[in-house]
Amino acid sequence: MSRSEGAARAYVRPMRGWWRRNPFFIRYMVREATAVAVAVYAIVLTTGVVRLAQGEAAWNGWLEALRSPWSLLMHLVLLVAMIVHAKSWFEIMPKTMPMIFVGRRRLAAATITRTGWGATIVVSVALFALAFAFSR
Amino acid sequence: MKRSNAPVFWLLFGAGGMLCALLGTVLVFITGIAVPLGWPLAADAMAYPRMLVLAQSVPGKGALFVVIALFAWHAAHRILHSLHDVGIQNGATAKLACYGGALAVTLITAAGLLRVGF
Amino acid sequence: MSESTATIRIDVLRYRPEQEDAPAWQSYIVPCTDDMSVLQALQHVKDEQDGTLGFRWSCRMAICGSCGMMVNGTPALACKTFLRDLRPGPVRIEALAHFPIERDLIVSVDPFVRKLEGIKPYLVPRTPRSLADGEYLQTPAELERYEQYAGCINCMLCYAACPQYGLDPGFTGPGVLALLHRYNADSRDGGRAERMEIVNAEEGVWTCTAVGYCSEVCPKHVDPANAVNQNKVNSAKDYFLRFLSPRGGRT
Repeated sequence: MSRSEGAARAYVRPMRGWWRRNPFFIRYMVREATAVAVAVYAIVLTTGVVRLAQGEAAWNGWLEALRSPWSLLMHLVLLVAMIVHAKSWFEIMPKTMPMIFVGRRRLAAATITRTGWGATIVVSVALFALAFAFSR
Repeated sequence: MKRSNAPVFWLLFGAGGMLCALLGTVLVFITGIAVPLGWPLAADAMAYPRMLVLAQSVPGKGALFVVIALFAWHAAHRILHSLHDVGIQNGATAKLACYGGALAVTLITAAGLLRVGF
Repeated sequence: MSESTATIRIDVLRYRPEQEDAPAWQSYIVPCTDDMSVLQALQHVKDEQDGTLGFRWSCRMAICGSCGMMVNGTPALACKTFLRDLRPGPVRIEALAHFPIERDLIVSVDPFVRKLEGIKPYLVPRTPRSLADGEYLQTPAELERYEQYAGCINCMLCYAACPQYGLDPGFTGPGVLALLHRYNADSRDGGRAERMEIVNAEEGVWTCTAVGYCSEVCPKHVDPANAVNQNKVNSAKDYFLRFLSPRGGRT
């Protein structure tokens, strides 16, 4: 028995404000908002590269700007955003991967997430050590 | 159904996101907090002569370019989709603003890295 | 609290197109026992109080997928949601989100059915087979690769959960894409290339932004978010490797 495409007067509910109606969606929007911090930091680094290319005086001016209270506060906010990004990234990472079997057991999502965090800690320590050695 | 070109931007988004998840926190800490404060890294850790050596080396250029460009493309893709989530359609204007911005960052960074010389 | 006198208020979003332009809330007081489901509450209303209340239901045991609706703003199966967990109420019951309401708690499902039919939801043989070839043999490991996705009961809770579907109703959606993956992942199936056109389209996997709420609400733990996002990788491979082989990138 075929029928027409829904009722003639089917009511469509508006989507406005959809993400405010559920804590899950609010967390999703916070995750997505971390992209703004990533964009800001990319622009900060780009500015640094440009200042470096413009010579020592310009570079020192940029270093001086980084020492200002506003810059420090902004970078603190960026730091929090980067942590939120990493946390949410590793949480969603298992969803993008096909089933992985270790022997006969399926690799759990939590294991993948923890591996991501482990890699981050290793890389962070390594990079910090590199920066430390580089500055001596 | 028409094939989408999303894979190009999605791969850039994914690579940038992974790099950011691994490196973003420590990089922001080093460049934006530790060195400016002079603790726990020396305040002259990013002094001009040192940074010039880094930026003039080929691996240094490569690292700086990859990090900055991928961060920008990751952010552009996500911001574009967030605009769509709050009701702004992904028309030509939105795409130009987002991906155009990432392209600008990419080109300016490349130009700067070439200008510092070898 | 005496079970025979306990009651709970349910607020239902009614919609009768022949008498009103927009939906409106209507409250009912129903008995509330520890074993009653939301479906039973609605059935009590229909049987004892208001026979005009319209809603879909069938099996009462979370396998037919008919009774999907919004309970306190969350997509849920009415037969699997219990009043004891919703005390003291009131319980807000609304038609499944992101679908047009035809009447009361009944939504228009035709686009979903069309999308499901479009992905070839059946085994497409790799090579022509006759009865003499015998049955397919499949190992437990091969079964595990698709079994979870085969659990889908077409209840569409994932569509009510998916904001991208709400914003773009042309999106193929989590449930249909999970079923598409179910067939692609089945060792007996050879129809992957035919299904790629849908996967690769903007309305295929690329509308998804990995919100992940679909997998949260799925009553059968199908994990459609995984099915969709896994296929972004497959779609990307197909996009870049299509020039290397006549039939596109195959994995």
